[in-house]
Amino acid sequence: MPPAVEVTALSRVFVGKSPVVALDNVDLDVEEGELFGLLGPNGAGKTTLIKILSTLLLPSKGSAKVLGYDVAKETSKIRPLINMVSGGEISGYGLLTVRENLWMFSQFYGIPGKVANERIDALLHAFGLEDKADVKVRTISTGQRQRMNIIRGFVTDPRLIFLDEPTLGLDVQTSRAIRDYIRTWVRSQEGRTLLLTTHYMREAEELCDRVAIIDRGTILACDSPEGLKRRMNRASTFVLDTTHFDSSVISNIAGVKGVSAEAMKEGLRIKLVVEDESAISDIISSVGASGGKVLGLNKSEPTLEDVFIKLVGRGLE
Amino acid sequence: MLNVRAAFGRAYPRAIGAIREPSWTFFDVLLPLLGIAAYIYYYRALGADPAFEGFVVLGGAMTAFWLNVLWGMAAQLYWEKETGNLQLFLVTPMSRMALLAGMALGGMFAAGIRALSTLLLGILLFNVNMVVVDPLLLVAVFMVTLIAIYGMGMMFASLFMLYGRDAWNISNLLQEPIYLVSGFYFPVKALGPWVSLIAAVIPITLGLDAMRQELFGPVANGLMPVVWELTILVVLAVAFLVMARWSLEYMEGLGRKEGRLTLRWQ
Repeated sequence: MPPAVEVTALSRVFVGKSPVVALDNVDLDVEEGELFGLLGPNGAGKTTLIKILSTLLLPSKGSAKVLGYDVAKETSKIRPLINMVSGGEISGYGLLTVRENLWMFSQFYGIPGKVANERIDALLHAFGLEDKADVKVRTISTGQRQRMNIIRGFVTDPRLIFLDEPTLGLDVQTSRAIRDYIRTWVRSQEGRTLLLTTHYMREAEELCDRVAIIDRGTILACDSPEGLKRRMNRASTFVLDTTHFDSSVISNIAGVKGVSAEAMKEGLRIKLVVEDESAISDIISSVGASGGKVLGLNKSEPTLEDVFIKLVGRGLE
Repeated sequence: MLNVRAAFGRAYPRAIGAIREPSWTFFDVLLPLLGIAAYIYYYRALGADPAFEGFVVLGGAMTAFWLNVLWGMAAQLYWEKETGNLQLFLVTPMSRMALLAGMALGGMFAAGIRALSTLLLGILLFNVNMVVVDPLLLVAVFMVTLIAIYGMGMMFASLFMLYGRDAWNISNLLQEPIYLVSGFYFPVKALGPWVSLIAAVIPITLGLDAMRQELFGPVANGLMPVVWELTILVVLAVAFLVMARWSLEYMEGLGRKEGRLTLRWQ
């Protein structure tokens, strides 16, 4: 059985006044039945890859196959088998009801009306949206709209679904509902595959069988979340709380592999990945020398975010 | 079956949209009446043959279809791209012609309501007399005219999809000048044989001319016999549909290559 997604030496360059290399020589395989995550910051190339795999964009170089079919030449074989949902999308028409919008999209896949309506009812129930079924789409909230979008993706019962930042900007409860459904959907029937892009570390860690970390159009690592964490090897991770100061000085200290600073109420929370723990004393000295004050220091277990910081050299935000 | 379902699915929001909002009665019934009333009073003030008032009512009714072709059909894929729907349509397995056919059918329904109300109210309010010479021929001309103008709209839709705002000017270009050269409110022959023959490339010109002849007889001062006009309309309808299919395939391929089927942020 061919992989669900097979990408070989794939590049995509957007030609313009200043050409943009969105994907650079990417190799990637996603097996059937896998819940696969693409993790990377904005502009990393995640959406470009999804667009190529969903037949909306042609590669500049290299090849990509979806469920065994070439994305450049065999689009008519791929399209009945896939679906795609993007975070924050405004799909459908505001003057139609939720149910009518979902029915309309199901018709684009030729699903008989009765089957479509049964699926729509089941999915509205699964996503807690039954009471909004007959409400015009323009009157529902962002979270409800995104749940409708997700239902649109699953109502065609695809073999492979692409979810591009599906929980972007959603509240915790809606995000959890979507993640729970995704897990159940992939596991409930053999051969269902899901490719998810996200820049939420926890989402990737919690959901995915394997994760590829992508930055500036290049895949930096691809493994299970546990496997990625093991790659930390001798590297240690620390959380350093300080008063406000210019934290960029830390990046230049020998032994520091990655730094990610987040502004907090009372100062900064800095995540550090260091190859040699002896670098900590230099870091603390540099905080004082730059006018800051150390408020606390804790060693932490490596997370996917630490892996990302180590590989990319910076945090996602 | 897939493409029949898809076309019906895409026609649905247009048909529903035409009647779901109460404001449609004002915009689609009353405003067009005001537009034709102005021309009717010009003709009355000039003491023109009463048939000219009928020309205006007929032209006003057909305007609904023409505006729908320009702004609802040709421009639609541009709007779909702006709102993010286009990429969702294009990842589906439906034929692109089914998508356009659905838009056209829904548009015809929506514009048909406006056209019918303009025609009926125009006839009632302005006492317009029409005598149908050959009902079957009239229906044939009307149907083929619709297919031809919507085929033209389908062809333009693919241009709009990629060229967006630039193609917008095409619609502007086609709107007002075509009111003149297509003879929406007067017999097009008045423009002289050459201008009217060139204008005949736009199917609404021949369609209106043939319908005027069928409804008002010799006073319609027809450009050529109705059967000839119907034959040319059939040729134009087929040509526009074939060009629409080819153009959409080409534009979709170009869009995939250049990354212009979606907005950058999508």
